[in-house]
Amino acid sequence: MATFTLPKNSTIGTGKTYKAEAGAKNVKAFKIYRFDPDTGENPRYDTYEIDLDKCGPMVLDALIKIKNEVDTTLTFRRSCREGICGSCSMNIDGMNTLACLKPIEDVKKDVRITPLPHMPVVKDLVPDLTHIYAQLRSIEPWLKSDTPPPPDEERRQSKDERAKLDGLWECILCFCCSTACPSYWWNGDRYLGPAVLLQAYRWIADSRDDHTGERLDDLEDPFRLYRCHTIMNCAATCPKGLNPAQAIGKIKQMMVERQG
Amino acid sequence: MVGRRTDGTPVRRPLSPHLQVYDMMQITSGLSIANRATGIAWTVGLLFLVWWLVAAAAGPRAFATAQWFFSSFLGILILFGMTAVAWFHTLGGVRHLMWDAGYGYDLPTTYRTGRAVLIGTAVLTVLTWFIVIIAWG
Repeated sequence: MATFTLPKNSTIGTGKTYKAEAGAKNVKAFKIYRFDPDTGENPRYDTYEIDLDKCGPMVLDALIKIKNEVDTTLTFRRSCREGICGSCSMNIDGMNTLACLKPIEDVKKDVRITPLPHMPVVKDLVPDLTHIYAQLRSIEPWLKSDTPPPPDEERRQSKDERAKLDGLWECILCFCCSTACPSYWWNGDRYLGPAVLLQAYRWIADSRDDHTGERLDDLEDPFRLYRCHTIMNCAATCPKGLNPAQAIGKIKQMMVERQG
Repeated sequence: MVGRRTDGTPVRRPLSPHLQVYDMMQITSGLSIANRATGIAWTVGLLFLVWWLVAAAAGPRAFATAQWFFSSFLGILILFGMTAVAWFHTLGGVRHLMWDAGYGYDLPTTYRTGRAVLIGTAVLTVLTWFIVIIAWG
């Protein structure tokens, strides 16, 4: 059942404000979600004023600057800083994206940063991804073939067969899309969500995979697949420009087509 | 959702904000919510239609009451609202049929068809009332 409000232990209070150093001319405020499991207190927003003249261009640069120079307790995931690892996915200015690909100047007012929406929070901007990883595991995202590969050779695909994987293989599993999906918010316990369904289609569409029928059988479920209502928030928010809704649409079409 | 603190004791993890922070006024989620809302509004609105039909069957006095209500300011407002709601839900439904048939998933098309639904609702609602006023005015 959809609950539109936050539970009692999740409501967000107001925390500290860290002023910019004196003489800073180009100041931007970053309002960041903080939660420390060790204190037992509710989450809060801390505000950090940053001098953009002494900061890199991306939101991730600001987060790293805050952690290095202002508040070392600020906790977030990051790794590659170039949009290929998917670690720094978070909600910035009301949309999910990768902090490393989001220019600070794109945000007109204060930069509000919260963890990926409707997820259990481990600490600060770090959501617990245990459940969504288990969902990914459940669709068995690997090649399942009944025949051995040709000796001393890879499994061949035609150019057309390979082209079917474009727009799917680029997914970096940052889960911006799934956590932008209201359907996933309300039914994430049973609905697989856009990211996992895009992965499912990536293997369904693979010409080298022999288990297409079983994969479709597994998705034939009012919740796992059919909670997608084509809201399209997934495609609107994907930092890689992919279209999970389209992949889900293609799965739905294959479901109909195979019934003859 | 229960996790562990640094010292190993259990802690109830808070739920990160969703509707509280997400941009729901995008054309994607905005129109989806509106499609649901108009579906509900139409269902509720149909009660007025049922009242009108029952009143017509019940006799001239009951029908006169219903007619008085529907020609009052509030009545006309409800009828106008229901016209807009019906057009929005119909056009939104056509958009969903298009998706289900496999077309129009790319973002530029999604935004274009979304705007078309909004403009179409406005134009068709006004046009409907224009015709109604000419026919019965």
